[in-house]
Amino acid sequence: MADSTLPIGSAIDLTPPSEVYGTWLELVNSWVTTVDHKKIGLMYIGYAAIFLLVGGFEAILLRIQLAVPHNNFLSPEVFNRLFTMHGTTMVFLMGMPLVIGFANYLVPLMIGARDMSFPRMNAFSFWMTALGGLMLYYSFIGGVGLQGAGSAPDVTWWAYAPLTERAFSRGHSTDYWALSLIVSGFGTIGAAVNIIATTICMRCKGMTMFRMPLLAWLYLVVSGMILVTISPLTAAQIMLCIDRYLGGHFFDSQAGGAPVVWAHFFWIFGHPEVYVLVLPAFAIANEVIPVFSRKAIFGYPAMVSASAGIGVISLSVWAHHMFTVGMTSAQNAFFVLSTGLVGVPTGIKIFNWIATMWGGKIRFATPMLFCSAFLIQFLFAGLTGIMLSTAPWNWQLHNSYFVIAHFHYVLVGAIVFCFFGGFYYWYPKMIGKMLNERLGKWHFWLFFLGFHLCFDLMHIPGLLGMPRSIYTYEPGRGWDTLNFIVSMGGIIQGIATAIFVYNLVYSYFKGEEAGPDPWDAWTLEWATSSPPPEYNFATEPVVMSRRPLWDLKHPEDPDYRYE
Amino acid sequence: MSSTAIPLGHHKEWVLPYHGTVAMLALIVAETAIFSIFVVAYIYYIGKSISGPQPRDVLELPIFNTVCLLSSSFTIWLAEHSLKKGAMGAFRLWWALTVVLGSIFLGGTGLEWNKLIYHDGLTISTNLFGTTYYSLVGLHASHVIIGLTMLSLVLIFSLAGKLKSEHAKQLGVLSLYWHFVDGVWVVVFTVVYIIGR
Repeated sequence: MADSTLPIGSAIDLTPPSEVYGTWLELVNSWVTTVDHKKIGLMYIGYAAIFLLVGGFEAILLRIQLAVPHNNFLSPEVFNRLFTMHGTTMVFLMGMPLVIGFANYLVPLMIGARDMSFPRMNAFSFWMTALGGLMLYYSFIGGVGLQGAGSAPDVTWWAYAPLTERAFSRGHSTDYWALSLIVSGFGTIGAAVNIIATTICMRCKGMTMFRMPLLAWLYLVVSGMILVTISPLTAAQIMLCIDRYLGGHFFDSQAGGAPVVWAHFFWIFGHPEVYVLVLPAFAIANEVIPVFSRKAIFGYPAMVSASAGIGVISLSVWAHHMFTVGMTSAQNAFFVLSTGLVGVPTGIKIFNWIATMWGGKIRFATPMLFCSAFLIQFLFAGLTGIMLSTAPWNWQLHNSYFVIAHFHYVLVGAIVFCFFGGFYYWYPKMIGKMLNERLGKWHFWLFFLGFHLCFDLMHIPGLLGMPRSIYTYEPGRGWDTLNFIVSMGGIIQGIATAIFVYNLVYSYFKGEEAGPDPWDAWTLEWATSSPPPEYNFATEPVVMSRRPLWDLKHPEDPDYRYE
Repeated sequence: MSSTAIPLGHHKEWVLPYHGTVAMLALIVAETAIFSIFVVAYIYYIGKSISGPQPRDVLELPIFNTVCLLSSSFTIWLAEHSLKKGAMGAFRLWWALTVVLGSIFLGGTGLEWNKLIYHDGLTISTNLFGTTYYSLVGLHASHVIIGLTMLSLVLIFSLAGKLKSEHAKQLGVLSLYWHFVDGVWVVVFTVVYIIGR
């Protein structure tokens, strides 16, 4: 597989990075003070991976509690804290850093740049995000406060007012929640500004906007969305802090404030956030599927415009989370239709991926397995999404396990699957070793099995009336067996993830040497050594088409003749 | 380039936008989103306060302040213009005037708050009007403070003779921010002092 004799011109540097080993402290210092986009990217990814394990562990505790009726494994208070922490962790401490980490590592390499536009702001963004995570988890200790009330936040991850007001949420746990999201939000906005400036201003010669790899394009869209979605959340959190610290009345219904305003502000952030997380997953599929189908991506311009379309439309769908708060018919109709509309560009993407695979010489290596499963699962998640976006159906199933099953289908079935695929695809570039393919297959199939046991069956208790956020339930409602199997599925996913972590460590020490271009891919990051030197490219590359490495490998039939 | 390499020379000059400007524009988009949320909250809560004082009882039109702040957009533009021409004296004059005008605005806001708090008894926790008013105007004022800090730093650099006309690009980024702060004030003024009163 490893091919170290690339037909690459002198423009691209192949010398392996000189490996300097200092003392342990020097090593730590080199990471803490780094402004190299690759090291920062790896720190983001490592940080996200740690919180993936933490959040996953919390999920498994929740599922153990729900496996059988009348269980006493967790107390109701602890259950509330754990599902709040699970949700907050997975969205803000796992999802966002993972998304930004891959962007940090890949975007400069793919557009032929030596670093991000603002390397020091990049480091600052990471450490802000890291501080946010530490603050949230410090609440387990610090949230007790002087009154001795509360521990970790227990207000759910959407934290509806007025539950978060001083009167109902004593102690400091909610403050830690709000402050940690403000702090990590600043980090995220900084990262988004940086990614936008990098993609627009740092492209190498010949890399016009419409020759950029789709991953870079999608990250440009995502960063634009972050600017207009994370900021409203930051604003709402500032209002919450004003209420809690300064005695303000934004969400205080006793003084004329309206809790529903919080719901609007939260979902103005909350729904586009789903697309902020899922578009990077699409971005990974955009890179993996063509390379493993041995075909150029089908419909590049359509893919770009569909992504931009999703970005724009997704800003107008937020209140489909709120059909039950009692909106007017016109409002209901608007949000039903706008939500339906967002399915159109998404459908275009799915057809384009299928058309890319169609007639290709598909190699089912682990990255491709994950991305193929993603296609099917994301389609299914989209279908239940259309069901839930229909107001009457939503009135019936709001806050039921059907909703939980639906959004976990998106978050796990699409996002986590694609990012696992991304790990297997780019680990050789980042570390220089291949991830073990045998362990990868075990990881994939076990995770696939666990995922479907868990989240397919979770729809049914929802249809049967099981509400979300309950710590236990009565036997004999037809939920018992289903819940037990769902919990087993959760544990199987946990085992699969453990195999993945073992694979990461095992392959670091014992993995096969990757070489610069193990997958015979076409984008610029594969033109550097693995891992790339600190300066990425010895001289600035020049590109003529969307697949610069194809042009170099096939000078007799380059892409730029057709584009 | 090796024989397989990509033919060069087909490219015209490869010019990309200045990253500082792009980043500032991106930041302005994010800031606009934050301000929009506060403005929407303000508009939504107009007239919803259960107890007094109400806006029409206590708010006066800050015309002088507004004129000062908006004209500082003009003076910073003149300063930039002078810097590009290399007229350092004119630059220092216009830049210092910008700082003075911004400071007058900030001082005016301080006086207004002083009157509201000690004379009218309106604080952030008095009623919904107080909460939304101090948050929105305070958010804007905090941006003025950040802007003034940066403007003053530039003034110090320029008085120390460290500023040259090749820094015009960087100063353009800062003036973009200052124009944004002024633009936001137009919205805040309209919402708080015209619609809200």
